[in-house]
Amino acid sequence: MTFECFQHKMPHMSESPHRGKLKIFLGYAAGVGKTYQMLDEAHKLKDEGVDIVLGYFEPHGRKDTIAKAGGLELVPRRQIEYRGATFGETDVQAILRRRPQVCVIDEFAHTNIPGSQHAKRWEDVKDLLRAGIDVLTTMNVQHLESLNDQVWQFTGIRVRETIPDWVVKQADEVVMVDLPPQALLNRLMRGVVYTPEKARQAMENFFKESTLVALRELAIRQTAHEVDIRHSVQNELEAVGPGNANLDVLSAPGPRSSECILILISEDPSSAALIRRGRRVADYLQASCLAVCILRDGNLHAIPAGQREAVEKHMQFARNLQIEPSVLQGEDVAQTLVDFARSHKVTQIFIARPQQKTWPVVFGRGLVERVVRLAQDIQVTIVAERRR
Amino acid sequence: MSNNRRPDPEQLLRQLQAEEQFYRRGRLKIFLGYAGGVGKSFRMLDEARRRRERGEDVVVGAMQLKVSPEVEALLQRMVVIPLRSVNGVPTMDVDAILRRHPQVCVVDGLAYDNPPGSAHPKRWQDVEHLMSSGISVVATVNLQHIEERREQVAKITGKHVTDTVPESFLRNADEIEIVDAPPDFCLQRSSGDLGANGTGPGRSLPQLLSELREIALLLAADVVDYQLEAYLVRHGIEQLWGAHERILVCVSPYADAAKMIASGKRNADRFHGELFVAYMNQPDLTPEEKAVLDKNLALAREASARIEALDGEDPSRTIMLFARAHGVTQIFLTNRTRSHWWDRIVGRPLDHLIRAAENIDVRVFPA
Repeated sequence: MTFECFQHKMPHMSESPHRGKLKIFLGYAAGVGKTYQMLDEAHKLKDEGVDIVLGYFEPHGRKDTIAKAGGLELVPRRQIEYRGATFGETDVQAILRRRPQVCVIDEFAHTNIPGSQHAKRWEDVKDLLRAGIDVLTTMNVQHLESLNDQVWQFTGIRVRETIPDWVVKQADEVVMVDLPPQALLNRLMRGVVYTPEKARQAMENFFKESTLVALRELAIRQTAHEVDIRHSVQNELEAVGPGNANLDVLSAPGPRSSECILILISEDPSSAALIRRGRRVADYLQASCLAVCILRDGNLHAIPAGQREAVEKHMQFARNLQIEPSVLQGEDVAQTLVDFARSHKVTQIFIARPQQKTWPVVFGRGLVERVVRLAQDIQVTIVAERRR
Repeated sequence: MSNNRRPDPEQLLRQLQAEEQFYRRGRLKIFLGYAGGVGKSFRMLDEARRRRERGEDVVVGAMQLKVSPEVEALLQRMVVIPLRSVNGVPTMDVDAILRRHPQVCVVDGLAYDNPPGSAHPKRWQDVEHLMSSGISVVATVNLQHIEERREQVAKITGKHVTDTVPESFLRNADEIEIVDAPPDFCLQRSSGDLGANGTGPGRSLPQLLSELREIALLLAADVVDYQLEAYLVRHGIEQLWGAHERILVCVSPYADAAKMIASGKRNADRFHGELFVAYMNQPDLTPEEKAVLDKNLALAREASARIEALDGEDPSRTIMLFARAHGVTQIFLTNRTRSHWWDRIVGRPLDHLIRAAENIDVRVFPA
C-alpha cells in the first residue's frame, strides 16, 4: 500500500487537513499476529519513503516480532516512577516534537500508569491524530466496552482495559488479523507466544479452543460491522455531496435513525451491563441513546453515600460511552420513566431484569410490569444480566 | 436445560467413524479472500515456507500462471510439481502429486474448472482426492467463487462466474483463515479478476470492494459459527452463549405481528443474526384467528425467518425451552391481554417468562 492511499482512505471520516488517520489491527487473542502484521505494514510504508516511527512497541519477548521491528526508528519511552518502580509509557510530547507522518502505537487499550499525561493510551493517540499524525495501532475484540459482558460469559474474565465503542468507530480503518484457533494453540505450545509456564496457565484459562472459536467469531462479526457502518456512511455522504463531512477528532458520531433508546440506571450493579447492552443496540440500530436515574427527591445528595457513589459511578460510565444521563425527581419510578420517555420521543425503554431476591411475590407490583403497562406505545426491553 | 447438544448413540458412532476418517485423511486449510489482490497466495505460500522450515514435506501443486514478485520470490524456494497439459490447458497434475506423496500440498485457486478429459471436473474435487490419500492441502479461494454466494456477489459486481466451490466444502475444512485488507490495498495489487471495469451499476470500486469485504467476513463468521457448533457437539459441551444474535419473535392468532416481525427482521439484519418466528400449535381456532395467524406467518416467510410451531402445555416454558435450545439472545412478544394461552404469557406469566429468561433479553411490544 502506498502512503498516498493511506492518506486518502475513507475521506468521508474527516476532510480536515489537520486530522491524522487511524488504522486498527483487530485480533481476538494474544499471539494471532497483530503487532507483526502492523510492523509489516510499517516497513512497507517506510520502503515507500514515508516518515514513520515506532511510538510504542510491545515485543512480549517474541523473536519474530522483535526481528520485525529492526530497521524502524523507535521513539524512546518516557520513564515514569510509580510506587518505587519505573514504567515506560508512550512519550507523546517527544513524538509530537519528532513529528513523523505515521506513528506506530501498539496496544490501543492500554491503561497508562498514574502520572502519565492521560489515563488511557487511546487518549494519547487522540493527541497524535489531532496533530495530523497518522496512527497504526492494535487491539483485541475483547477490549471493546460493549462486548465486556459477552466476553466475560465466554471466558470468565472481566476485561478491565476497555475502549469505548465510539473511539473505535472513529478509526478510518479496522482490519481483521486472523489466525485459526488451532494454529494459535500450536503457536502457544511451541512457546512462540508466552513462556512455557505462562502458556500452560493460559491454555487452562483463556486459551481453550471453544473460547477462542467464540472470540474469533465475535472479532469477525465486529469487523464486518465496522466495514458495514463505514460504507453506509460513505453511501449517505455520496448522496449528500462532498464537503459536508467534517467530524471532530474522535468525537461521537450522531444518530442516523429516528429510534431512541432510554436506559434506566440505578445503584444496582446490573446497571453497567444494561448501559453496555443499550449502547450496543443503539449503535447497531444507529439510534440515539439516553439514560435516566430516578430519585424520590431528585437529589443525589439526599441518598446514602454508598448508594450515591454507585449511581455516580454508573452515570460516569454512561458518559464514557457518550450517553448523557439525567437525574429525575419522581415518587413513582415507572410513571416518571414513561413520562420522560414519551416527552423525549423514546422508542425503546431498557430496564434490568429484576434480581431473583427482589422479585415481588405478586407480579403486578413490580417495576417491570408497571413500565410495560404504562408504556403502551413504547417498546420495553428487559435486559437479562449475562451469566455463565 | 436442553439436551440438544448431547450426542445420541447413533451420533457417537458417526463421530467415531468421523474421527477414524479424520486421522487417515489429510487436513485442509483454506485462505478466504474477498477479491483478487488481498494477498491470499502470498499468505498461503508464506505458511508453506514456515511449515517447510519446521521440517514438513511441502510441495506446490498448483499456482496461478501470473503471480506478483513477492509470490514469485517465495515460489523460488519451494518444490513445485509442474502443471500438466490436458488438451492444451494447464491443469494440476494429481497423479504426479500422489506419486510424490508429500505431507502438504499447496493448491491455489480451489474453484478452478478442470478441462474436459480430467479425472474430476473441478479442482476442489482433486483436492478431495489428495486428502483422502492422506495428503494435507493448503488452498485459497475468493468469495465470488463460493457457489451459494455467487448470485449475491454478481449483483454487486455485475460479473457472473461459472467456476465455483460449494460452501459445504469450506465448512468442512479443518481451518479457514480470512485474508482481510482494506479495499484500496487490493486496488493497488489487483491481479485482474476484479479490475477497474468490474463495477456493477451505480457503485464506485472502493464501495464495491467494501461490500464484498463485508460479505466475505460474514461468510467466514458463519463458517466459524458452524465449526463452533460442531466442536460443541463433538465434545458434548452444553454452551448457552454464542457470538451471534438470535432473535425469536413470538406470534399468535390474536394480534397482528407486522410491526414486531419487521422490527425483528431489521434487528436481525443489523446484527447479521438469525430470525426465528414461533407460534403455539393449538386446535379450535376461529376462522378469524386462523386468518390472523396465517397473515403473521406469511409475513414471517417474507422476512426469511425460520418458522417453528411449538407444542406444549405451558407456553412460557415451551418458548423458553425452544429459546435455550437454539441459543436465542432476544425474545420479542406483544403485550396484549386477550383470550387463550396468550393471556397466560402476558398476564402474570409474562413475569414467569422474564424470570426464566436468564441470559435472554425480552422485548415487549405494544399491541
